[in-house]
Amino acid sequence: MRLSRGLRATLLGFTVVVLVVIYTPLVVVVLNSFNADRTFSWPPRRLTLHWWDLAAHSEGARAALWTSLEVAALATVISLVLGTLAGLALRRARFFGRSVVSLVIVLPIALPGIVTGLALSNMFTTVLGVSLSIFTIVVAHATFCIVTVFNNVQARLQRLGGNLEQASMDLGAGPFTTFRLVTFPMLRSALLAGGLLSFGLSFDEIVVTTFTASSRNQTLPIWIFQNLFRPNQAPVVNVVAAVLVLLSAVPIYLAQRLSGDAAEAMTGAR
Amino acid sequence: MRTTTTQRLTAAAGACLLALVAGCGTSSDDETTTDADGAAAFTPPDVPLQKSLGEPEGRVSILAWPGYAEDGSTDKSVDWVTPFEEQSGCQADVKYFGTSDEAVKLMGTGEYDVVSASGDASLRLIASGDAAPVNTDLLENYGDIESFLKDRAWNSVEDQMYGVPHGWGANLLMYNTDVVKPAPTSWSAVFDDASVYAGKVTAYDSPIYIADAALYLMKHRPELGIEDPYALDEDQLAAAVDLLKKQNEHVSEYWSDYLKEVQAFSTGDSVIGTTWEVIAQVAQGEDVPVEAVLPEEGSTGWSDTWMIGADAANPNCGYAWMDYITSPKAQAAVAEYFGEAPANTRACELTSDAKFCDAYHATDADYADQIHYWTTPIEQCLDGRSDVRCTDYGDWTQAWTEVKG
Amino acid sequence: MGLLLAPPMLWLGVAYLGALAALFVTSLWGQNSFTGQIERVWTLDNFRDLFSIEVYRTITFRTLGIAALVTVVDAVLAFPIALYMAKVASPRLRRLLVIAVLMPLWASYLVKAYAWRGMLSEGGLIAWLAAPFGLDSPGYGLAATTLVLAYLWLPYMILPIYAGLERLPDSLFEASADLGGRAATTLRRVVLPMVFPAVVAGSVFTFSLSMGDYIAVRIVGGTGQLLGNVVYDNAGAANNLPFAAAVATVPVVVMLAYLAAVRRTGALENL
Repeated sequence: MRLSRGLRATLLGFTVVVLVVIYTPLVVVVLNSFNADRTFSWPPRRLTLHWWDLAAHSEGARAALWTSLEVAALATVISLVLGTLAGLALRRARFFGRSVVSLVIVLPIALPGIVTGLALSNMFTTVLGVSLSIFTIVVAHATFCIVTVFNNVQARLQRLGGNLEQASMDLGAGPFTTFRLVTFPMLRSALLAGGLLSFGLSFDEIVVTTFTASSRNQTLPIWIFQNLFRPNQAPVVNVVAAVLVLLSAVPIYLAQRLSGDAAEAMTGAR
Repeated sequence: MRTTTTQRLTAAAGACLLALVAGCGTSSDDETTTDADGAAAFTPPDVPLQKSLGEPEGRVSILAWPGYAEDGSTDKSVDWVTPFEEQSGCQADVKYFGTSDEAVKLMGTGEYDVVSASGDASLRLIASGDAAPVNTDLLENYGDIESFLKDRAWNSVEDQMYGVPHGWGANLLMYNTDVVKPAPTSWSAVFDDASVYAGKVTAYDSPIYIADAALYLMKHRPELGIEDPYALDEDQLAAAVDLLKKQNEHVSEYWSDYLKEVQAFSTGDSVIGTTWEVIAQVAQGEDVPVEAVLPEEGSTGWSDTWMIGADAANPNCGYAWMDYITSPKAQAAVAEYFGEAPANTRACELTSDAKFCDAYHATDADYADQIHYWTTPIEQCLDGRSDVRCTDYGDWTQAWTEVKG
Repeated sequence: MGLLLAPPMLWLGVAYLGALAALFVTSLWGQNSFTGQIERVWTLDNFRDLFSIEVYRTITFRTLGIAALVTVVDAVLAFPIALYMAKVASPRLRRLLVIAVLMPLWASYLVKAYAWRGMLSEGGLIAWLAAPFGLDSPGYGLAATTLVLAYLWLPYMILPIYAGLERLPDSLFEASADLGGRAATTLRRVVLPMVFPAVVAGSVFTFSLSMGDYIAVRIVGGTGQLLGNVVYDNAGAANNLPFAAAVATVPVVVMLAYLAAVRRTGALENL
C-alpha cells in the first residue's frame, strides 16, 4: 500500500479515539439505565434492574414504539413509490431538468427541520384546515424520505445502464412487464437500502414530527422528549434508548449484506 | 421536444397551484372583534353559554399546569385524576404546559376541552374566542368558592364568568441550603447580588418574568415611578430589561419545564432562582437540599381559572372535571401537592396539615390582593395612567428575546 | 416520463413548495399581540424588525458561526477516520467500522443530547475526567452546544467522505507515489481535491442541521439562543407565526444560496 507505516498508525490511533468519543455517551446512557439514583449522579453508586423491569411494562413506551413503527413503515412505502418513480423518470432527462428536480427532491432534507415542520404544520392546520393526525405525520416524513430512495435508485440505474431493458423490449415485452421482470429485480437491493435509511430517518425524527403531530399521537421520539426530565420516567427512557442502539445493529448489518456496501448505499453515492 | 413541453406544463401547473395555495395562506378567526386595546375595552366574541349538562362523552382532554392534574405518572401516590375517571366515566388525557404562552397557543388548536389558565392567559383566550363563558349554575361547588376570586378582571367580562377559580399563589425564591448561606430574604439575591452565585442563577423563561424585575425596581428604585409591574412605559421597560440583562450574565439556564429546574438544582448547576412551591417539594422528595421563601419585596404570582374551550369536543365531561377539581377533597389534594391557596376553602378541613390554609392565607382577601398576579400587559396602562402609552405583550416578548441575547 | 414524474412532483410541488410559499406569505402578515390571531394585513414589519433589531442580527451571525464551526470540526474529525476505513482497514474491519459508525445514528438524538447534559453537568463525567488536570467541565452554553452538535452530526460527515474516498482507485495513490510524492503530498494534492465534493455534501447536512437546531440548545445550551430557538419560541409559545415565518426565511435563503454554490462542485450527487 502507498501509505506509510507511521501515517497508518496515526490514522488507526485517531480512529480509535474518535470511536471512543462517539460511544462514550451511549455507554453513559446504558450505564444510567442501571443507575439506581434517579438523578443519574456520576459515578453511579448502585446498580439496579428495576428500570428495565419498568420499561418492559411501560404502556406509554410501547404505544409510542408502535406508533413510530407504523408511521415509519407507511412513510417508507410512500417514499419508495415516489422515489422510484422520480428516479426512473429522470433517467434520460435533459441535464437542466434533472438538476431542478434533484434540487426539489433534496430540499425537504436540506432545509432545516424547523422550517419544514413549520411550513407543513401551517399548511395542514390553516390552509387545508386538516387537523393533525397520524396521516399528517406520515405525509411530512414521506416528503423528506423521498430523497434517500431517489438517490439510491438513481445510483443503481446509472450503474446498470439501459441495455437490459432495451433488450427486453426488443424481445416484445411491454414497459410494465419490463419493469416487473427486468428493472425491478435489478433495483431491489437499492430499494431495500434506501428503504432502510428512510425507515431510520423517520423513526428518529423529532423536529418535523413535533409540528405535525397532534397531542394524541406520540411517536417514540416525542414520548422520549416528554419523559426526559420526569424523575420517574427518565431512567425508563435510558432503557429504551439502550435497547434501540443495540437493536439497530441488525438492520444496519442487513443493509450491509444486501447491498454489498452500506455506506455507498446509504449515501446513494455513485 | 416532448420533454420540454411536459416540463413546461408541469411547471405551469405547479405555479398555478402554488399561487392558489399562497393566496389562501393563513386564515384568521372570523368571529373575533378584538381591538388591540385589550382587556378594559373589548367585546368578547359571541360564544354560546352551555345551558344544561348532558350525558358525559366518555373522555376529556385537559391542558394543565404541572401538578394540577396528577394521574400517578409523576408519583404513584399522587393521583386525583383516576378517582375522577371512575366517578364521572370520563377518561382523562392530561397535557402539561410550561408557560401561559404555550397554553394560549395550544388552546388555539381546539384540541383541548379544559385549561387551567392564569391571569395572563385567560383574557387572551376570551378575546380570541377560544374560551367559552361558564354557566356557574351547572357547577355544584361554585357556591363554596371564595367570593374574592369571583367576578374579577381576569376571569370575567361584563359580569359573565368565563371560568371557575382554581387556586392562587405566589412565585417564590428557591435556594440550595448547602450552598446559599445565610438564607436569602430579598430578591436582590438574584438581581443586584446575583454575582455571588455567578453561573448558577436560574429564572423563569417567559416574557412575563419581566414583571418580576419590575416589581424589584418598584421597591428598590421608586424614582422610576412603577406603580404596577404590568404597567410599564417604555422607559420603565428599558430599566427592567437592563436589570435582566445584568442578571443574564449570571444565569446558568432559564427554565420553563418545571422538571428541568428540579434537575438543575439536583445536579448543582443552579443554586438559586425563582420557583413554584411544587418544584421545591418535588426536589425535596428527591433529597435535594432546597428551601423556598417569599422574599420581603413580595412577589408576582398567579390566580388560576379553569376554563372550557369554545370548541370543546367533550363539554359535559369538561364541566364534570371543573366541578370535580373544585370539590373540597380534590382542592385539598391539589393545594397541598402544588403548594397554593385553594379557591374552595372547605378544603381546609381536609388538608393533611391542619394549618395549611393559614400558612397560605387562603381566606385572607387582603393578603391575596397584595400578590401581583400574572396579567397580560396592554397598551392602556393598567395602573390608570392615561398620559403615556404602556408597553404591550408584543413589546415584552421582543424585550425578552433581547434579554436572553 | 411526464407521467412518471407527475406523482412525486405533485406531492413535492404542492405539499412542500406550496407549504413553503404559504409560510412566506404568512411572514408578510401582521398579528394581534393580545389574542395571537393573525391579521391579514400586508406588512413588511416582521422583516423590518428582523433586520433592524440588533439581537436578531446577533443571533443570526452566532448561528451561522456555530454552524460553520461545527462543519469544520466535523470535517477535520471525519477525514482521518474515513481515510482509515476506506484505504487502510481490511475489508472485514471496514465492514465492522461502517456498522460501528452507523449504529449511533439509531440512538435517539434526544437521548444523546441528554446524555451530554448529564456528562457536562456539575460533577458529571467531563468534570470527573477533567478534575485531575485541574480543569472543569465547560458547563452549559455555546461551547457545549457546539460540542454536542459536532458530536451529533459526525456520522453524517463520515459517511459521504468515506464513500468518496472509497471510490478513489488505489492506482491513483500508486501513480502519485511513482511520481515521487510522499504520503502527505499525495493526500494534499491528489486526494483532497477529489474528495472535496464529498466533504461539501456532508457539510450540507451539518450546516443545515445546525442552523435549524433548537433542541440541543435547550438541553445543553444554558442561556444561549440560536435561530432555531427564535423560530420555535415565536411559532409556539409567543404565538407570533408571522414573525416566526419571517425568521424562518433566513435559514431557507442561506441554505438555498449554499446549495446553489455547492451545485458547481458536484456535491449534490453525493447526497
